[in-house]
Amino acid sequence: MNLIIEGVKQAFLLLLEGDSELIQITLLSIKVSGSAVLISMSIGIPLGLLIALSDFPGRRLAVALINTGMGFPPVVVGLAVAMFLWRSGPLGFLNILYTPVAMVAAQVIIAFPIIAGLTLAAIQQLDPRLSLQALALGASRFQVLLTLIREARLATLAAIMAGFGGVISEVGAVMMVGGNIKGQTRVLTTATVMEVRMGHFAMAIALSIILMSLVFAVNYLLTTIQQKGETPWITHIWK
Amino acid sequence: MDYPHLEVNNLTFQRSGTKILDIEKLSINKGEFFVIIGPNGAGKSTLLRLLALLEKPSSGKLIINREVIDNSSNRLAVRRRMAMVFQDSLLFASSVFENVAYGLKARRYSKNQIGKRVRDVLVKLSISHLADRKASELSGGEAQRVSLARALVLNPEILLLDEPLASLDPPTREVFRTDLIRLVKEEKLTAVFVTQYRTEAQILADRVAVLIDGKILQVGTPEEIFNYPEKEEVARFVGCEILVPGIIEVNNEGLAIVKVKDNEIEAVTPVREGEEVIVCIRPEEITLGIDSKSEERTSARNKFLSKITQIRHNGILTKVDLDCGFPLVAVVTKKSAEELGLVKDKEVTASFKATAVHVIRRG
Repeated sequence: MNLIIEGVKQAFLLLLEGDSELIQITLLSIKVSGSAVLISMSIGIPLGLLIALSDFPGRRLAVALINTGMGFPPVVVGLAVAMFLWRSGPLGFLNILYTPVAMVAAQVIIAFPIIAGLTLAAIQQLDPRLSLQALALGASRFQVLLTLIREARLATLAAIMAGFGGVISEVGAVMMVGGNIKGQTRVLTTATVMEVRMGHFAMAIALSIILMSLVFAVNYLLTTIQQKGETPWITHIWK
Repeated sequence: MDYPHLEVNNLTFQRSGTKILDIEKLSINKGEFFVIIGPNGAGKSTLLRLLALLEKPSSGKLIINREVIDNSSNRLAVRRRMAMVFQDSLLFASSVFENVAYGLKARRYSKNQIGKRVRDVLVKLSISHLADRKASELSGGEAQRVSLARALVLNPEILLLDEPLASLDPPTREVFRTDLIRLVKEEKLTAVFVTQYRTEAQILADRVAVLIDGKILQVGTPEEIFNYPEKEEVARFVGCEILVPGIIEVNNEGLAIVKVKDNEIEAVTPVREGEEVIVCIRPEEITLGIDSKSEERTSARNKFLSKITQIRHNGILTKVDLDCGFPLVAVVTKKSAEELGLVKDKEVTASFKATAVHVIRRG
């Protein structure tokens, strides 16, 4: 018990002192996972829309693949990315293994199926006649797509939150393709694992507190956008 | 303007190899309230979606203001000259103001213009007080008013309405209908209204088209359509319950004698002697009498001793099925039915004027 209390105390001291390594690790985590989520959104949302709104041979297979992608074990993703980026691998010439770019690539592979899959489900939940109505009011095709995303914003933002949660807390893939190199590819999760292994619980707890706070802050921000103007509709159940 | 506002030529539409629509010609004039009626599955909504450029026809031409709309046309620009209201209000998950502003925003109007136009249309539809209300909090009637406001705010040349009253309760429907006619006429819009309800066509239409099985069978004023259907299917759809086959025996300057089974019916018709016809007598044109005095009082040229085969009560009205050698249906008020003591198997006299008999050429 003492170990935990002492660890928490030291963690707060580290946080209050503004430990430079801690700050650097935090910023890199935000940069890597933030970039990965933004890229995943720009792939996942259009892909989800496209599959939800089109009919083509193999559509069901595409949906099944995306749904499978939502459950990809990060370690397997890390292994695949590492093999591709390995010096003798197909993309070895890029020379990006053990760099933040490789970490972003791995996290994109983890996050974009989550965002695509949940966006697809969200769009399919909408009344298909909404797009007809938007067209009939003079919207262009692009405006119709934006309207549909806006109509499904609750679920689409939930998809983004799920994608962010999936990558910010992920450790296997970033460890494999980033290598946890001090000052270069060390992020909150890989650093936490390392500190625990070394018995530095105070640092590990500090890192965990930051990670949790970061996840909460981002989700709170997205939730605020998501719930803007929404009122719970099931209040009568509790009356 | 002496050309149609909206024109359809040899238009067909197929889905999964099945022909849904096959329309040889349809013309709608500027400023006209044009109603397309037909039973469920006739292709009414599909036709409206084709007119709104929401679907592409399999073949044929759509002409708007003498401009042929084809694949090379700027379909978005043409679509922006029209607006459509659907059966369900299909409001977006935002406020009433945002919903009404939707089409204006799509057309990139300035914030000031949007504010002014939205406020004006909300006033016209008496829903200004709902501007900040969320769409999900509206009643069915309010939601449909917002849906109409969303279309009218665009000041469209052509307003397309796909059964917009169908989901409203009767009192709301009546008020909505009155406002709709007023606004369409005030704004001098060309309106194309699709419905399966005959009453709506009679109340709203300048002209009516009857669409059955994907084909336009007749176009005319409500009076022409409902009193003088040209085809058996149209007659059946517009409420002629009894259609009996016959042959014109004699036609003396428009007053004809039609042989129906072993009976002779006098009818006013231009159809010539020897032609095979369908005779159609609307239930409301038939008078029932129970004694010889009532027979004498009527000036009707057709009088038949009939036996009541069935009594059908329908609210304040009662339908009386008769057998007078051929079937007839009369409609009386429930009160009259009681006063006349109408019961099954009772003998009555059915009378109707020669002008009440509508004769349709067969085939």
